[in-house]
Amino acid sequence: MVAERYKTAFTLYPYEPVVAAQGGAVTRHPVVIIGGGPVGLALALDLGRRGTPALVLDDHEGAGLGSKAICFAKRTLDIATRLGAGAPMLEKGVVWNVGKVFYGDGKLFEFDLLPEEGHRNPAFINLQQPYFEKYLVDAIRVAQAQGAPIEIRGRNRVTSVTPATDRTTLEIETPDGPYRLEADWVVACDGARSPTRDMLGLSFDGRVFEDNFLIADVRMKADFPTERWFWFEPPFENAGQSALLHKQPDDIWRIDFQLGWDIDREAELEPDRIRARVDAMLSSQTGAVPEYSLEWTSIYTFQCRRMEHFRHGRIFFAGDSAHQVSPFGARGANSGVQDAENLAWKLDLVAKGQVSDTLLDTYASERAFAADENILNSSRATDFMTPKTEISQIFRNAVLDLAAHAPFARPLVNSGRLSVPCVYDGFPLFGEDALGGPDRTRPGSACCDAPVEDGFLLDHLDGRFTLLALGGDAPEVAADEGVDLHVVHLPRVSRELRDRYLGDAPSAIYLIRPDQHVVARWPEFDHARVREALEQSLGRTLT
Amino acid sequence: MSVMREPNIDDPDGFYQELLTAHNGLSKADSDALNARLILVLANHIGDRAVLRAALALAQSGPSET
Repeated sequence: MVAERYKTAFTLYPYEPVVAAQGGAVTRHPVVIIGGGPVGLALALDLGRRGTPALVLDDHEGAGLGSKAICFAKRTLDIATRLGAGAPMLEKGVVWNVGKVFYGDGKLFEFDLLPEEGHRNPAFINLQQPYFEKYLVDAIRVAQAQGAPIEIRGRNRVTSVTPATDRTTLEIETPDGPYRLEADWVVACDGARSPTRDMLGLSFDGRVFEDNFLIADVRMKADFPTERWFWFEPPFENAGQSALLHKQPDDIWRIDFQLGWDIDREAELEPDRIRARVDAMLSSQTGAVPEYSLEWTSIYTFQCRRMEHFRHGRIFFAGDSAHQVSPFGARGANSGVQDAENLAWKLDLVAKGQVSDTLLDTYASERAFAADENILNSSRATDFMTPKTEISQIFRNAVLDLAAHAPFARPLVNSGRLSVPCVYDGFPLFGEDALGGPDRTRPGSACCDAPVEDGFLLDHLDGRFTLLALGGDAPEVAADEGVDLHVVHLPRVSRELRDRYLGDAPSAIYLIRPDQHVVARWPEFDHARVREALEQSLGRTLT
Repeated sequence: MSVMREPNIDDPDGFYQELLTAHNGLSKADSDALNARLILVLANHIGDRAVLRAALALAQSGPSET
């Protein structure tokens, strides 16, 4: 039996009998991914498009129903775009720019994100996680039709994980009985309560925040503006310490109430009690309660914690299984998708035997650094929203009091800093900055988008190592650099491209990794130095 | 960058009186809130993180070290 742990929003990968479960032979797979959420699916899609076979095992048949990730940031959308899944996300998602911050009865201030021009994707969209997963699976189906070796097995639950030096053996339960398979590499993308982590007896340490949040997803047709409203100490009855109103597709609004630590969970989940809170919130600005229905309610608590190592021999952890943050700032699913992107190209090269597996250690070190940055940001937001001591409460309220009339205090108001990719400053795979160009595109950073003649820059960074030449002459690289090196020459440089990549320099050469992070940059092409940087970024100089 | 340790305020007695007058008649909670706002206003005015760090360190050090 494979028990149903939750309801699914969409059936995406219905169970099909596995030959091995009927007495077939034990087969060996290059990469097995445990968990078909956003992280596992993105990883499978990326690997499969590169030609490395990926098998996803999930104990359900589709995307779980309920309150999960709703905010997907630009970096995630850029990754999804590269993987061929971005367009439907953008079409379905809600883009918002105006946010209002309230403190008690009064509005403190309003901000307009005024997104920077010249990017294919917005700063972020609101989209329910099940849609995000569905669009990834749709892209997987397209890739499969084009020959990508990806397989997703629904209702296949991993019940044991046995590591060895040359393989990992998995036992899997299905509706038709158990079977066993072997994997060269295993990636556990099985969420914050990762059964894989537990089966291996690995710890997951960090900080538990003593707070409860009530989520209510309500459906209403009301003509509310598409804005993010956030209250500190909301004035409506029983609203708790903070409240958030945020729009999602399909006329769904996400409402969050911060209830504190000592609550009666069952009482708080009574529909009448929730409705009273929601009524008070929705009528607070207009005086009237619009018609709405409760679609989903739950109470959650959260932790900020991570595994010490994201790699254990031939087993990797990615996404929530490796690190967990509070929801403020949308750093859960977004960082997980970046984990997948970081791991995909490295695992692909190692699986194909092109580089040594020490390259995979850099997945663990780079993404642990990213996790720490996310945990730091998330903890800071939480500490602002829930002051832990009397004096932190005093300062918090002082910031809010000042923010109403003194703009300087507004950047101190913290209800979550939205996820942006970290910069791998000083990490061993990154090389020199001989250009001294703009800070935002220094080695280690994820390439930002910019308009180019035929669309957008990121469209040219298609998942291969790329040598990007801006202005100047086209570089002539040898046919065999030991890895597929894609040369992109853009002789005409748009104003945005100049601001973001050249600064005062007349031309530049950028070496860019498959995950669109800058390896090194120079004012002009020098074959020997490019080769050296490429070797470095492949981990061939690691000791 | 270090923070100024030498006298820098004209009419120190007058300033001190203004500071205390601002707290006249306030409850402890309101005084604490006023102090917090004042610190934030002054910190923003200084702006320089190195100076602010040096100021924090000076304020944290005991009487023997100042």
